[in-house]
Amino acid sequence: MKRVAVLIEMKDGKVKPACLGAISAAHDSDAELFALVFKGTAAASLETLQAHGIDRVIEITSQDGPIQWNADHWARAGIQALQYYNIKTLLGLASVQGKNLLSRIAALLEAPLVMDCTAVNLSEHTAVKSQFSGRAVAEFKTRGEYHLYGMRPNALSAVPSPGKAILEMFQAVLEKSKLRVLEVQQGLSDRVDLTEADIIISGGRGMENSDNFDILFECARPMSAAVGASRVAVDAGWVSHTMQVGQTGKTVSPKVYIACGISGSVQHFAGMKTAGIIMAINLDPDAAIMHKCDYAVCANLFDIIPALTRKLKEITG
Amino acid sequence: MNIYVCVKHVPDTAATIRIGTDDCIDENITFIMNPYDENAVEEAVRLKKQTIDADVIAVTLGKGTAEATLRSAMAMGADRAILVKSKSSHDSISTARALCAAIQRDGDPDIVFTGKESVDNEGFQTMFHLAACLDVPVVSNAVKFAMTDTTIRVTCEMEAGDLEHIEMETPCVIGAGKDLNQPSYPKLPDILKARKKPLTEIELSDLGIATPASRVEMIKIESIKEERYPEIIDGTADEIADTIVHVLREKAKVLDG
Repeated sequence: MKRVAVLIEMKDGKVKPACLGAISAAHDSDAELFALVFKGTAAASLETLQAHGIDRVIEITSQDGPIQWNADHWARAGIQALQYYNIKTLLGLASVQGKNLLSRIAALLEAPLVMDCTAVNLSEHTAVKSQFSGRAVAEFKTRGEYHLYGMRPNALSAVPSPGKAILEMFQAVLEKSKLRVLEVQQGLSDRVDLTEADIIISGGRGMENSDNFDILFECARPMSAAVGASRVAVDAGWVSHTMQVGQTGKTVSPKVYIACGISGSVQHFAGMKTAGIIMAINLDPDAAIMHKCDYAVCANLFDIIPALTRKLKEITG
Repeated sequence: MNIYVCVKHVPDTAATIRIGTDDCIDENITFIMNPYDENAVEEAVRLKKQTIDADVIAVTLGKGTAEATLRSAMAMGADRAILVKSKSSHDSISTARALCAAIQRDGDPDIVFTGKESVDNEGFQTMFHLAACLDVPVVSNAVKFAMTDTTIRVTCEMEAGDLEHIEMETPCVIGAGKDLNQPSYPKLPDILKARKKPLTEIELSDLGIATPASRVEMIKIESIKEERYPEIIDGTADEIADTIVHVLREKAKVLDG
């Protein structure tokens, strides 16, 4: 039977919801589904994974026990697991970590990898992804012994497929890495990562200054949204570049994208055009975004956002 | 010290992409240096300034027109450039093989900088394949860089603002993130000087690269015409907020309450 593995990412002790979408992408082939997990997370993830159709959960360790975070070590250990179990197809997320690990695995195996896929066909070895920052879409075929795909977070929804998974340990043999991870410095943990958020509320020129972004953070909290920004707001120094959505920032696919005081340049759209629903709040009815969205609110964001925050707080308590 | 910077000539981020009948894009548009590669060039030039004897060499794989991007890199401070000429497009495995061969033919690299991604193909992996070809360590999404003797310290951006501090020895490959630096824009004298700087052209076929056993092949491409038809939400601030909540809850189903 054909075997397909999904590289699992964890966040706060749970399987990242976006990984479940990647697992659903693996369902279309009637393959035996493996989940590869690291660092003692197998037990915590087993229930979620078997509820989504995973047959075997492989926890990867090394001769020295759980492998601490080091992208080079994780990639090499992952490869050993693929080879041991004779798995030729690997899916993961095109998240920051997924891009890092999948690219390393692909490079070390000299294997074909399509990154940021919105759809895959594992029997045909094809994948669909955006090109030219969302201005075109292309279909690719991977050719070779291995087939690797990084799925765009949120591009596919999770499909429950209850079953029973076996938990197994795999011990990799690792040499000293040429990369030395000195420290991982935690960011602001209460903030949701842009690329994996269901809702993003973004601010642009209309925010006027750095302090005004606080109203977006306050509005984001009760709906567990991430806060983004346009290039104008980043270049003006109001917020950090890590929040930038667009061509030279992050590409996001939330279920809802709320653009506040953003005119909607081609470059901004390149980063968010695949959002499920785009909502624009802008004083200028002629702003480009007001014609390229699903809901247009022609009003002052400083009136609307606080009102929205109040309503959301009432609902979520 | 040899500092190589791999750059890519890409369609302007504002250009309209039209796909022709042969699945190639209409190239009658402006091309620029890939934005993240500007950060890579900038960091290479900064490092050169701190070092006594260093050369910055810009390298690209592309058509003859890619010379413009190499000239831009030289205007930003690169000393010379190598253009590996090829008319066809390449996946990241064969691009990395070509860049690796061109670099190794030229000299021994101490550091290779490149942008963390290209804005046209968005493959995110050429620097990893290049590092594997050169058999050196690699990091991507670097936002801070420092070098002491042969030890490199980099800070890489991870998820949700987390930062990873990494140490490695040269030679190595570094994928530059946007926050690594603020690229300085060349002044006219620099642009004029760049025209006279040495540029070596190599035909890809002269590098004698073996065809990789695996590859990613594009089988179809089309431009996206995404149309959305806006529904206007009107009323007082409270009414508008109610409607937004309704959309979030009923249409998008993203609210729990």
